[in-house]
Amino acid sequence: MTSADFSTVLPEFVLAFYALVALLGAVYTGKDEHGPLLTWLTGGVFVLLAAWIGFSGQNDLAAFGGSFKDDGFSRFAKVTILLSAASILVMSEGYMARRGLLRFEYPLLVALAVVGMMVMVSAGDLMVLYMGLELQSLALYVVASLRRDSVKSTEAGLKYFVLGALSSGLLLYGASLTYGFAGTTLFDGIFLAASAGDMPLGLLFGLVFIASGLAFKVSAAPFHMWTPDVYEGSPTPVTAVFATAPKVAAMALFARVVHDAFGGIVGDWQQIVALLSVASMFLGAIAAIGQTDIKRLMAYSSINHMGFALMGLASGTAYGVQAMLVYMAIYVTMNIGTFAFILGMERDGRPVVRISALSMYSRQEPLKALAVLVLMFSMAGVPPLLGFFGKFYVLSAAVQADLGWLAILGVIASAIAAFYYLRIIYLMYFGAETEALDTGGSRVLWGFLMASAAAMVFGIVNLFGIEGAAALAAATLVN
Amino acid sequence: MATIILFAPLLGALICGFAWRVIGEKAAQWTATGLLMLSAFLSWIVFFTLDTEIEHIQILRWIESGSLSTDWAIRLDRLTAIMLIVITTVSSLVHLYSFGYMAHDENFRPGESYRPRFFAYLSFFTFAMLMLVTADNLVQMFFGWEGVGVASYLLIGFYYRKPSANAAAIKAFVVNRVGDFGFALGIFALFFLVDSISFDVIFAAAPQIAQTELEFLWTEWNAAEVVAFLLFVGAMGKSAQLLLHTWLPDAMEGPTPVSALIHAATMVTAGVFLVVRMSPLMEFAPNATAFITVLGATTAFFAATVGLVQTDIKRVIAYSTCSQLGYMFVAAGVGVYSAAMFHLLTHAFFKAMLFLGAGSVIHGMHHEQDMRNYGGLRKKMPYTFWAMMIGTLAITGVGIPLTGIGFAGFLSKDAIIESAWGAMSGPGAYAFWLLVISAMFTSFYSWRLMFLTFYGTPRGNKKAHASAHESPTVMLVPLGVLAIGAIFSGMVWSGAFFGSHEQVNRFFGIEAVHGEQSAGAHGEAAGGDDHGEDAQAALGVAPGEDHGAGASAAVAELAEGDVEAALGAVAEPAQTATDHASAEDAHGAAAEGWTGSGAIYMAPGNDVLDAAHHAPLPVKIAPFIAMLLGFVGAYVMYIRRPDLPGKIAENQRPLYLFLLNKWYFDELYDVLIVRPVKALGGLLWRRGDGKIIDGGINGLALGIIPFLARLAGRAQSGYLFHYAFAMVLGIAILITWMTLSGGAH
Repeated sequence: MTSADFSTVLPEFVLAFYALVALLGAVYTGKDEHGPLLTWLTGGVFVLLAAWIGFSGQNDLAAFGGSFKDDGFSRFAKVTILLSAASILVMSEGYMARRGLLRFEYPLLVALAVVGMMVMVSAGDLMVLYMGLELQSLALYVVASLRRDSVKSTEAGLKYFVLGALSSGLLLYGASLTYGFAGTTLFDGIFLAASAGDMPLGLLFGLVFIASGLAFKVSAAPFHMWTPDVYEGSPTPVTAVFATAPKVAAMALFARVVHDAFGGIVGDWQQIVALLSVASMFLGAIAAIGQTDIKRLMAYSSINHMGFALMGLASGTAYGVQAMLVYMAIYVTMNIGTFAFILGMERDGRPVVRISALSMYSRQEPLKALAVLVLMFSMAGVPPLLGFFGKFYVLSAAVQADLGWLAILGVIASAIAAFYYLRIIYLMYFGAETEALDTGGSRVLWGFLMASAAAMVFGIVNLFGIEGAAALAAATLVN
Repeated sequence: MATIILFAPLLGALICGFAWRVIGEKAAQWTATGLLMLSAFLSWIVFFTLDTEIEHIQILRWIESGSLSTDWAIRLDRLTAIMLIVITTVSSLVHLYSFGYMAHDENFRPGESYRPRFFAYLSFFTFAMLMLVTADNLVQMFFGWEGVGVASYLLIGFYYRKPSANAAAIKAFVVNRVGDFGFALGIFALFFLVDSISFDVIFAAAPQIAQTELEFLWTEWNAAEVVAFLLFVGAMGKSAQLLLHTWLPDAMEGPTPVSALIHAATMVTAGVFLVVRMSPLMEFAPNATAFITVLGATTAFFAATVGLVQTDIKRVIAYSTCSQLGYMFVAAGVGVYSAAMFHLLTHAFFKAMLFLGAGSVIHGMHHEQDMRNYGGLRKKMPYTFWAMMIGTLAITGVGIPLTGIGFAGFLSKDAIIESAWGAMSGPGAYAFWLLVISAMFTSFYSWRLMFLTFYGTPRGNKKAHASAHESPTVMLVPLGVLAIGAIFSGMVWSGAFFGSHEQVNRFFGIEAVHGEQSAGAHGEAAGGDDHGEDAQAALGVAPGEDHGAGASAAVAELAEGDVEAALGAVAEPAQTATDHASAEDAHGAAAEGWTGSGAIYMAPGNDVLDAAHHAPLPVKIAPFIAMLLGFVGAYVMYIRRPDLPGKIAENQRPLYLFLLNKWYFDELYDVLIVRPVKALGGLLWRRGDGKIIDGGINGLALGIIPFLARLAGRAQSGYLFHYAFAMVLGIAILITWMTLSGGAH
């Protein structure tokens, strides 16, 4: 390990170091009573790291012989991951503390998961990829079953673990096939092997298996089955974690693999990604209709959104990657706002997740209801809100890549998906009278909800400049 | 200053329309009126201090889209200035008048606030109209064009509780859409041809357009002809020319001040304005202008005949408006744009006055509009009577023949009739005869209106007559002001609009590209120096035919008429002139001299104005004689022998019914267009929309999607092995797919 290598992975190292030190420190001192402090502290560290990465140099660096890459693309993904994870941590503090769930491991496990995610998006080698992926997954398996006394939470953690192991198996099998046919695990080497003349079928199989493993992580259909159950069973803050940062990391990793390792055979993986995209969009749209639990609904909603993000990826161009990144950034912002709202849904101090509980919510909290309305419209892709521009981006990327059929299917799916978003709005404004939800609630949650809704409205001016950053990021990935 | 003129009415409309609850009804009305009067005052200043140069006042960057780039700007030239004074003057007077007219209205419930809304609409209309005339490009003009359409719709349907008013408003809007479609196509075509919508660019490119062929509908056309025709279709709709005229009489359902402002003085003249504004293009489209001439003349005749038998006082004036608009189009069609503008100006004064006078009568007679129930109102309403008298004298064209003394209509209408004769063409001759006959009819129906209303014995409801009263001062003042215009506007500006070429050129800021050759030939006005210049200018054209090099073919073609007309005058100098270079220079100047300047453009070959000036005596006094005949006819039939009209109607029943039913245009349209379209709409609605689309969506949304949703729900069983199985199935499908399709290879 040279010092240059070390300086390239310094942010990851700092975060891992922090997590370990904090873990040891907490174990030997107050343990769980440091939970709130550690949560805030971890959130702060995330924000600082995001600032550090965001404002650090524009150079593209590669460490450890090219198996770890620090480029514009990874920086964009890392900043998004860190900021969303920080938001979720800060949001979950009050909820967890009141229910006695705020163990000191929670923020530290999230921190370790984030280290994994950061390694994932920087991966330049199949082994690094797997290392990051497993670090992320193992931390999240534990977090999912954080509520040890709840059957559902335990079940969620276990399901996630077993299926995650299966997907890791698929991924590893794909990786070994790839290694076998390409003779290297380095992405650059695979790139050369794949694009040189006749591609061996084994490499193609490897690609399919790797793609399947990654599709599991982004919860793309038909590898989505774990999502609703895990979302429902996990404590809500954990669900919020699942819905945001890991999705960005997995999606970025997906882009990294298909472009860095298989960028020479776009036509091959384009079909897989397009297929996954269509399946996810429609499954997410249709299966959500029957849901009565808002967390399950959000699970299907995220499946649907991943379908759209995959559409950007399926176009196989730099513009497509840019569209995907923009879409993910918008998606994360929307989800933070929505989960800020869901975390605040309580009746008599107990959390409520039934959608029908929102009936006539606009009477009690007109402003919050309005914010949710904005978010739901944005999720459904109603212009002129930000969500519309996200969809518009990926659709135009698909059209530009001559995937008109994909774009058309996407529009149809989004029309179907609009149903359940609109149903929430309908319930809030026109529903039947029912037992009212508690009013008031945490200021932090209120702030995140309003900020997110406001971003949906005011972001349309220039998308807060992420457009340019995403374009730069995409340019470094696809060349 | 122009910016203030333009935006003061908008401000008035906004304040009056939205803030009246705060500042009170009266204050709101006065704000709107006051701002319009300011606008009118400034307009007159602009009119008198106008520079010869065309002024462009940029307000904001408007559209940036691909190669379409345009400002929102004011184009201030003579044409705009004329329209400014017409619009703002009439509008401010109508605002004032409305204080009286709209004071009480049985169409609204007591205590209901309708006045601020009315004033706001009026002011909004004025703003839109000003937008139209100050436009610097076609899209801006179209914006104003649609704005006045909206205002017109709102004001015709102002009595929204009256079904007939709503129907009339919709009719006006729909019929105008037909015209607007043509206008929009014209704009598209121009943008397609020159890649710009700015007037300056289009005018400069007019000669090129004239040499372009354009594929339209089934075949190739000359681009200039197509564009001119399409733009004229727009003008037809707005100006109620034949085929698209049916909305105008119905538009009289609106309050009378509206009829005066929108459906007589201003909006309906927008079509004429459009044709005149596009004169640089029209000059290159001889067939389209011939069509304009013929259609204008036919409209003038048609509307005049229908006006003969109508009994509703407002409808008579409405048909009269339609007819007078036909006159203006004839003038524009034969190429004497200044005469068209002249008539537009004078017509605005006397027609607004007639309408406001009619409104005064209606007001005094408690909203009775049928002339058969009037009679003998002269004594009851002396001021109104005199105002109407002046209006009638003006519209019928009373004056002293062969001098410049007469009421406004005398000068402007004669100018048009002489121009029609001066065109020396088939359409011109057709127009000339129809216009003379129409002048007779005009005189007849105008005097008929006067006699039926103010003379004879009171007819109809006794109570209405007993309580008939003169209108309040606030309504009479506008009549007085307009009377001044109706009397003097013709005499004051006849030289500027229809004088010698030099006068007209100076007034409209046109660089003299050709003098009055025929004047030189007749040896009347032109001095020796002028003569020489004229000769040279004409010379510039003459050798153009011999030495075609460098000369555009279109200009040469158009110049032919010029050459023939001026041949007598320039034959000698043409022989002596051998300097080809200077001749070609002169030609170049003739082709390009107009591009940058001048509110209107008359092609070098356009000498109709001169020919009109030198029309023979019978032509010059023909309209006067027609006017006398009409007057005598009306006098005999409605004063001497009041039983005569009934008898004639009895004897000539088919003809009478034909006229009374407005040539059966409404019935014809009903059968040909309205019913088939309605049937088609019904079919599409019930079958297409109701059954297929709604049915399809409902079936999909209520049947298939929930089924799929249930299916997906059942797949989500909660069993781990199901989930794992799904994943394995998924990868099996992907592998199979990839193997079968063989990847990209």
